[in-house]
Amino acid sequence: MSAHAIAHEAHGHHEHADPGFFRKYLWSTDHKVIGMQYLFTGMFMAIIGGFTVYVFRMQLAFPGESVPGYGYVNATAYNSLITMHGSIMVFWVAMPVLIASFGNFLIPLMLGCDDMAFPKLNRLSYQIFLLSALVVLSTFFVPGGAFGGAWTSYPPLSASAAYNATPWGAPMWLIAVILEFVAFLLGGINFVTTAMNSRAPGMKMFDVPIVVWMIVLASLVFMGSVGPLVAGAIMLLFDQLIGTGFFNPNTGGDPILWQHLFWFFGHPEVYVVLLPAVGIVAEVMTVFSRKKLFAYRTVVYTALATSVISFFVWAHHQFIAGIDPRMAGIFTVTTLIISVPIAEMMFVYIATMYGGSIRLATPMLWALAFIAEFLIGGVTGIFLGASGADVYFHDTYFVLAHFHYTFFPIAFIGTFAGLTYWFPKMFGRHMNETLGKIHFWGTVVAFNAIFIPLFLAGAGGDHRRIFDYSAFPELASLQPLRQIATIALLVLIAFQPVFLFNFFYSMFRGKRATANPWHANTLEWAAPSPPPHGNFPEMPVVYRGPYEYSVEGREDDYWPQHVPPDDVTVDGPVEAPVAAGGH
Amino acid sequence: MPSWFMPQASTSAVEIDNLILMITVIVGVWFVAAELVFFWLIWKFRARDGVRAQYVAGEAKSEKKWVSYPHYAVLVFDILILIFALRVWNNIKISAPPGEERVRIIAQQWAWTFQHAGPDNILDTADDIRTVEDMYVQVNRTYHFELHSKDVVHSFSVPAFRLKQDAVPGRAINGWFTATQTGTFDVQCAEICGIGHGLMPAHLHVRTAAEHQAWMAEVAGTGAAPAEAADMGTGEVLAHADTARVQMGAMQ
Repeated sequence: MSAHAIAHEAHGHHEHADPGFFRKYLWSTDHKVIGMQYLFTGMFMAIIGGFTVYVFRMQLAFPGESVPGYGYVNATAYNSLITMHGSIMVFWVAMPVLIASFGNFLIPLMLGCDDMAFPKLNRLSYQIFLLSALVVLSTFFVPGGAFGGAWTSYPPLSASAAYNATPWGAPMWLIAVILEFVAFLLGGINFVTTAMNSRAPGMKMFDVPIVVWMIVLASLVFMGSVGPLVAGAIMLLFDQLIGTGFFNPNTGGDPILWQHLFWFFGHPEVYVVLLPAVGIVAEVMTVFSRKKLFAYRTVVYTALATSVISFFVWAHHQFIAGIDPRMAGIFTVTTLIISVPIAEMMFVYIATMYGGSIRLATPMLWALAFIAEFLIGGVTGIFLGASGADVYFHDTYFVLAHFHYTFFPIAFIGTFAGLTYWFPKMFGRHMNETLGKIHFWGTVVAFNAIFIPLFLAGAGGDHRRIFDYSAFPELASLQPLRQIATIALLVLIAFQPVFLFNFFYSMFRGKRATANPWHANTLEWAAPSPPPHGNFPEMPVVYRGPYEYSVEGREDDYWPQHVPPDDVTVDGPVEAPVAAGGH
Repeated sequence: MPSWFMPQASTSAVEIDNLILMITVIVGVWFVAAELVFFWLIWKFRARDGVRAQYVAGEAKSEKKWVSYPHYAVLVFDILILIFALRVWNNIKISAPPGEERVRIIAQQWAWTFQHAGPDNILDTADDIRTVEDMYVQVNRTYHFELHSKDVVHSFSVPAFRLKQDAVPGRAINGWFTATQTGTFDVQCAEICGIGHGLMPAHLHVRTAAEHQAWMAEVAGTGAAPAEAADMGTGEVLAHADTARVQMGAMQ
């Protein structure tokens, strides 16, 4: 696929009639095209998700004023906007971009194979995902408006139009979520199967780049946790549409059952998106530090431990939900335990920089910002995992600021690290460094200016999902904090066109990139930039791990995985240690 | 710190704030230390001409200790936080001091109804006092409350008391509090409950014993009658919801 092809992908909406275009870019089974489809869909959804947050933050800062570009925000609209912001950013931005887009683009390239194990399943996955995105967007226009019961969708509020007043929005939201989950189940099956079976000859499990490990583990966590929620979502849909009472206490159901099903998925979901982001950061940090990853195996083991423990922490979202308070003890223990592998992972990343030769190119700035910001998200999580403190912080802006300090680094900072790093591979051209740095500083400074005030507001008792605080005199003094956050959000949004311009301009006009512009080791850099259909002109063979940077006694400070050792010539018989899978 | 913004008006408030302070100190030290090391490494090992990066695998024990020692320390501090968090949790949510007063709290879309036990201090008797959106309690008395919801999940939150408990339809959830300051405090609904979620405040009036007795005597004749909102049937609740919707539409 050429840069020209991507140009069509981005700007070719007018060419739907062209069967060639349709077959090549909308009906393609090429993993790179599908990755780009997910990426551009995710970017479009991010703009929608960003618009919703703009509207409701304006209402919070300047209640009752008309929001430019939207109008007046009433309570119904406010609830719909916050619900759609949360749902879209988690399910239709973080998931498609981090897992599906990077997963699709990177896994076959980094494993040295020509495509996914199940290319047609892959195509179906994107098509179902696109359908789910269309369904969720259409709910803005149905009678009663979009669902307004928060992305957690607790029944009985979500179960009956009599309570939520969105007779169309609520079921359609659920249908969209179910479709989205089906799409990612198909994608996950593909990622896991491909990683198990299609590695280049010689690539052992511990030669697999960390980002691939992370996406595969994330897919496993997703597949393990989503089943109960899909079942629960169908039960909730039945409650809404055909009058069953799974979650209705009047007919013997239990609303808290939904909360368990939701959070049994919902908490692992945090790690589903976290793991790919930390994987991206590992790739970028090693390349721009010219360093071997510190304790590769430890990173894999901590990710495994986190994945397993993530299944046992869900009820920390429900400490005060009416569950038996003695259960909170168990979940406080598991929640604090999960901080141990995550802390270790962060220590390993910091240690990786020791002795390095650190170059602060744009991708590296994003990767470093991820660590610096995610640490804030991590340590504030301790307040919420500690049940005694959570009594106060639950459902306040402190919780909101906490998870935005995890989700924003994951979904945006991690993504920007990945996009700026792999852009030359994706499109065969470089992004502009100056614009990249302007965008970086504008985004990161503004991001902190949004959420540090909101931590304080949360500590001051500001509770969530309130469209107008005038009914709460105790919280009146927090209005300046809300306004600072909103103004910082406007600044953050104002810097995003810089990225979009840089991204699309560089796609056509950027400096041409060589196959391996960053002097990186992993296999995707052995393919041409951009890689053609089939990826590698000559299928690579792997001789070493992915992070052999600055090896002593070698002239180059990198040693690509596919380059034969000095005493083996390509023409001679290749003695690959383990032939894992074939082509 | 919550006490910068919010009075500490109950016995639990002090306990929770102390826990929050302890966690802040511990994670604050860790956070600052981690960020300092982080930025120091970025500066110290910045790319310089002619200086090559070192080859460190991080697999040898002598290298790994730089990560594993801090990691053991994290575990120790986790346990410390755990012990204090669970103690506070136990004091607030699991064990309760004997109740001296009783009150029933009923949440619905979008109002709070309070059923005070009245002079005889027994619920569901003729002298119960029902109020809507105003709750009256006596300072330094331990109240046991029973929390109900008539429709969807709500959450009874009194930030000044550091008190929060979800109200779940179909369940009666018990809790307690002891107010330590007189005054009027906000009651919030802390769980999204529909269109009127932002307009579901109530006021908690904490008064001295004498003031409280006087209030009970004053409302004795009138308060026994069920308050309007408390006894609405489902149809009426919905009608009420529609009205609220119309009102809020009009606020545009």
